[in-house]
Amino acid sequence: MPPRRGDCEPGVAQTVSHDTPEQLAEAARRELEALRRRDKPLTPRDRRAIPLQDMPSQPADVRRANMAEVALGYSPEQTQVESLRCLQCKTAPCVDGCPVRIDIPGFLKAAADGDFKAAIAIIKRNSLLPAVCGRVCPQESQCQENCTLGKVLKDPAKAVSIGRVERFVADLERDGGHARPPEVKPETGRKVAVIGTGPASITVAADVRREGHHVVMFEAFHKPGGVMIYGIPEFRLPKKIVQAEIDALTAMGVEIHTNFLIGRTRKLQDLLEKDGFDAVFIGTGAGLPKFMEIEGENLVGVFSANEYLTRANLMKAYDKGRADTPIYASRKVAVLGGGNVAMDAARTALRLGAAEVHLVYRRTQAEMPARVEEVAHAGEEGVQFHLLQNAKRIIGDDYGCVKGMACVRYELGEPDASGRRRPVEIKGSEFMMEVDTVIVAIGNESNPLIQRTTQGLKVTPWGTVIVDETGKTSIERVFAGGDIVLGAATVILAMGEGRRAAASINDLLKA
Amino acid sequence: MNKILVKRQLSDAVFLMKVSAPLIASERLPGQFIILQLDNDFGERIPLTIADADPAEGSITIIFQTVGKTTRALALKLAGDHIASILGPLGHPTHIEKFGTVVCVGGGIGVAPLHPIAKGMRDAGNRVIAIIGARTRSLVILEDELRAIADELIVVTDDGSYGRRGLVTEPLKELCGRDPKPDLAVAIGPPIMMKACSEATRPFGVHTMVSLNTIMVDGTGMCGGCRVTVGGKTKFVCVDGPEFDGHRVDFDNMMQRLKSYKRQEEEAHHRCRLDAEIASRESPKP
Ligand SMILES: Cc1cc2nc3c(=O)[nH]c(=O)nc-3n(C[C@H](O)[C@H](O)[C@H](O)COP(=O)(O)OP(=O)(O)OC[C@H]3O[C@@H](n4cnc5c(N)ncnc54)[C@H](O)[C@@H]3O)c2cc1C
Ligand code: FES
Repeated sequence: MPPRRGDCEPGVAQTVSHDTPEQLAEAARRELEALRRRDKPLTPRDRRAIPLQDMPSQPADVRRANMAEVALGYSPEQTQVESLRCLQCKTAPCVDGCPVRIDIPGFLKAAADGDFKAAIAIIKRNSLLPAVCGRVCPQESQCQENCTLGKVLKDPAKAVSIGRVERFVADLERDGGHARPPEVKPETGRKVAVIGTGPASITVAADVRREGHHVVMFEAFHKPGGVMIYGIPEFRLPKKIVQAEIDALTAMGVEIHTNFLIGRTRKLQDLLEKDGFDAVFIGTGAGLPKFMEIEGENLVGVFSANEYLTRANLMKAYDKGRADTPIYASRKVAVLGGGNVAMDAARTALRLGAAEVHLVYRRTQAEMPARVEEVAHAGEEGVQFHLLQNAKRIIGDDYGCVKGMACVRYELGEPDASGRRRPVEIKGSEFMMEVDTVIVAIGNESNPLIQRTTQGLKVTPWGTVIVDETGKTSIERVFAGGDIVLGAATVILAMGEGRRAAASINDLLKA
Repeated sequence: MNKILVKRQLSDAVFLMKVSAPLIASERLPGQFIILQLDNDFGERIPLTIADADPAEGSITIIFQTVGKTTRALALKLAGDHIASILGPLGHPTHIEKFGTVVCVGGGIGVAPLHPIAKGMRDAGNRVIAIIGARTRSLVILEDELRAIADELIVVTDDGSYGRRGLVTEPLKELCGRDPKPDLAVAIGPPIMMKACSEATRPFGVHTMVSLNTIMVDGTGMCGGCRVTVGGKTKFVCVDGPEFDGHRVDFDNMMQRLKSYKRQEEEAHHRCRLDAEIASRESPKP
């Protein structure tokens, strides 16, 4: 396929390095030594001059053939040097950008001093999942977007790499075996049911259990962890990190029932009325894939990203020969969408052996909701971006298998309600893309099962559960949070919602 | 972990198992199914209809034919062994009410899920006529059980080794031609048989319900792998079904989708047979 107008290779993010981890660590060691030799305290001007620390990563041509994590993590010296870049400004705008208001200057100061234990302790006051959030948070549109250093240097990509420091101190604690499950107060005899095991539910379970209440989690899948286990791939978030969080819950005495679908195996109302639970938290996520509703979408070779990623991650289909779950053998793949889910699907397809992966997105790169780093990584690995284009029809062969996709081109028109310029189809611009697989990653809605099987549970027209400012639903003693309330959002927002609901549940049970 | 309480071989490749699953046993209704997995790390998740349940005993009954890797491995398990994961009951239960005369058609292993539906229909006061079909005599299952329920039972085999020779569609057409014609047909079996049954009843305007068994992953509406086209619209079998109006199902598309991984599976099976052969050659039999 020759490149056309609108096709583009995304620019490599400035912060992705091609130096080896050893080279980066060595440079940081020297930098740190030089900084230490100075006799005067660092001025803001000095801090500004400290070079941004690149993230050591697997080279693109190597990693596109394996499932291992792409980013390898800072060295201790890199962590210190990067933390020294923080200007420690009094206003701390970064904290306003953080959905759970972590004391960012506080933990960066501790990390800059090399007191990594203090740093992680500060983070953990507000966040339960730092190793996860350090990896998957959209920092560039949260804390780092507000960073004064980025503003001073007139480049948001040069903000302090807050997430990378967070990741380092969290990993160090876990890998060093220093992570201790939180203290649990004496048993209260109260019982709380938590539906789902994603980040919202994990947070509720931990916070409620801490107060001495008995917590039972119910998960539909055979493994706990929610999207962090079935959706986000190993190369971005290793499963063992999520598992460590789950293990911490079990160590606290949280009970986890897998293969348990609330609404079918047991109704929500039964938990309250028959099973003796004093409160229920609904954290069932946004697990209903949207399709394009175009011709040919049910052909063989068309998948929702949920299906494709679940096969690859949870069911381990990449481990051919060992895994019983098959995954489609693709040569040319089109992925529709521009979010994290689309990037994950595209990069997974490459790793599973596709010769070409084409990402088709209706708007431009600036509007892509995916994390900047994921877009850059995808580009480096060879995913081809087709911007301002969209699928119109999927075409099948005599066996009902995908053989191509008709697309149209768009141009940007007037801004819509969200302030983004609305893409408008260019008349007569239709063209064909020769592909054998189409992965639809245009978003998720909430799974309606609980809403349909629970009388009196109020939902929005989009099917998300309605809660008040305490996280309570329209039913007494029933709370909700995370994607089931927000629509497909983020891990950190889910965690924040979990925190709020847990506080309300703890209040309720105190009475 | 669910314990296998009873295992019985019903025919060459068909097995019955009673499995401990107290909550599913008390919640399930006819027409619902489970998702089963033999190994939580590398096993695949497969849907199986719940053939029967005993809430008092806390058990469910599944009847399966060895067709793929998981069903073959399941058939090797014995009473007392455990199944790693069972999720259910899934899907909508069958809509059961007094319709009048209901023809229940079961093909091959499809007789298993048909049985509780036929029972439900009878209990609701319907006149139940059952047609069960199989390739050959040894593959006919649950004949006695259905005879006990149905007002009329017709058995057909492809090769004529038992009952009438032919396909289930022939007696079905005859029944549709009777006056008064049946009020409802329920057809469960291989896709091609359900398609043929739906075509057979269409000219007579006899409403026909089919129960679809597509490829599934989660069984909870999360992946869309189970989707089918019904009346031009996309439906998820695991949450919108498994039962649909047979006259509106796009069976051709469904059958193509069922074959999505055929080639890969055949290769895997071939590999695994080769391994077994090599292993048997390497370790001489005592
Ligand atoms: C591929 C992918 C990539 C993503 N990448 C990022 C990223 O980089 N950064 C980021 O911040 N966010 C990302 N997200 C979004 C993020 O993962 C979610 O916002 C977050 O996981 C939501 O958490 P949750 O606790 O609300 O629910 P989920 O994580 O969705 O967990 C819900 C759980 O509930 C279970 N469940 C559902 N219904 C029932 C029921 N009836 N009974 C029992 N259990 C049930 C589900 O099986 C699931 O395990 C990504 C999402 C996807 C799909
Ligand atoms: S099996 Fe995944 S949606 Fe039906």
